[in-house]
Amino acid sequence: MHYLLMIYSNEAAMMNRTKPEQEQMIAAYTAYTEALKKAGVLAGSNRLRPSTDATTVRIAGGKSQVLDGPYADTKEQLGGYYLIDVPDLDAALSWAARCPGATHGIMEVRPIWNMTSYP
Amino acid sequence: MSLRAQDPRETAEAVARRSYGKLVAFLAARTRDLAAAEDALSEAFSAALADWPIGGCPANPEAWLLTVARRKAIDSARRSRTAEAATDHVRLFAEETDAEGSEIPDRRLALMFACAHPAIDANIRAPLMLQAVLGLNAETIASAFLMSPAAMSKRLVRAKEKIREAGIPFIVPDREDLPARRDAVLDAIYAAFAEGWSDPGTDVVRRDLTTEALFLARLVVELLPEEPETLGLLALMLHADARRATRRNENGDYIPFAEQDPARWNSAMIGEAEALLRRASAHGAIGRYQLEAALQSAHIHRRRTGVPNWAEIVRLYDALFAFSNSPVVALNRALAKAEINGAQAALQDLDELSADARLKDYQPYWAARAELLAKAGAQAQARAAYEIAIGLERDPAVRRFLQRRQASLPA
Repeated sequence: MHYLLMIYSNEAAMMNRTKPEQEQMIAAYTAYTEALKKAGVLAGSNRLRPSTDATTVRIAGGKSQVLDGPYADTKEQLGGYYLIDVPDLDAALSWAARCPGATHGIMEVRPIWNMTSYP
Repeated sequence: MSLRAQDPRETAEAVARRSYGKLVAFLAARTRDLAAAEDALSEAFSAALADWPIGGCPANPEAWLLTVARRKAIDSARRSRTAEAATDHVRLFAEETDAEGSEIPDRRLALMFACAHPAIDANIRAPLMLQAVLGLNAETIASAFLMSPAAMSKRLVRAKEKIREAGIPFIVPDREDLPARRDAVLDAIYAAFAEGWSDPGTDVVRRDLTTEALFLARLVVELLPEEPETLGLLALMLHADARRATRRNENGDYIPFAEQDPARWNSAMIGEAEALLRRASAHGAIGRYQLEAALQSAHIHRRRTGVPNWAEIVRLYDALFAFSNSPVVALNRALAKAEINGAQAALQDLDELSADARLKDYQPYWAARAELLAKAGAQAQARAAYEIAIGLERDPAVRRFLQRRQASLPA
């Protein structure tokens, strides 16, 4: 099954990290990504620019409405994701727990909607 | 086989009782589709009731039901899914055919671990287990958990969907994860038991689930025999159940624990509980349920000697509090200490506890407070505390009991 591991974290705290702290975190993410690759479960991953770079768009009354900023203005924001292919939720959860994001933020694990099983 | 001679309906019912959970667990283990497994099995039972009175009971009713249920499940998967997905589903159901003819493997433990998975809302774990393992319907479960049948049914459907769509596995966790996951299973079983236990004895409408909970606890003991906490849970439940009959008198009036006649407690259950507790303690790994069972066991002292061993009881509450940090445990410890140090000291302990918001609408807290205040001679305050306790109680027999106590206070 495919699962999306979403990393939610406090952007302000992330920005306030010292250079060595940042390097340490990047090294941790690099090692984690390597481990996913070695296990043959990685299907995709990306880090996102901070939510200050986000723009929302919706159509209201036939007109598109574009707004600066993220959809939900919460302290924790989606900062990146891993798409993995593992046998079950337990495997997905154990990979999520290993992600550095589980330490500096919160991991949300969502199964991918398998369109073939939808009538 | 002797089953052939029996009434087909009786045979079907006997198989349902013995094998329901086993068949559900087996059917759903690969697909993780509990709802489909339950539907297929219920169709198979209907088919049995139609078929067996005419054709006679099969030699192996369990295997017969499994074969029919699997066929129904495959039919239904073909009907309701796209070709590609149906192929997957059918393959998963069909792969299990290998086991045909031999004994059906017992995957009920894995099923219980799926029902009590941390990804499932804690409040629905017990109902889910009662339905999946024992085949209880939503109405019955709703009645025990004081919920509307429609709401219970909806929550059960949602939980089953979560198991299927989130990919919650039907497996017994490995050593590393076992303790925490096992506790979730035990907590769910105890929740089912406690609902039945607090069941107002005079209220015939509400369903009592203690028998079902005891069945589940025995099942876990059978399938996980080397887990001391599992043994502790069953011991605790047996100890509590041994006193069931003495909680009410012949008029249905509530009898508080201290006034129960120990001679009327069920000796066989107490004996079994004590043996389980000894078996558990041999493992040398103490836990919450073993301590709670040990507390029940300490009350047996009164049965033997006529006098409760309060020092031992306080010591056990201390240990239990270290485990649970629960205000209810702290309350019970204070009450046990009151038996040694007197009401005034206990009231001071209760004052400290009263800061905990969880005790504010906890009836036993107010009833205990009222008793202690009465003993300490603070009649007006005792009356007020009884008033709150009466207002919080939902069991009419206990309410009557509290009202009598309140009325007996000197003016």
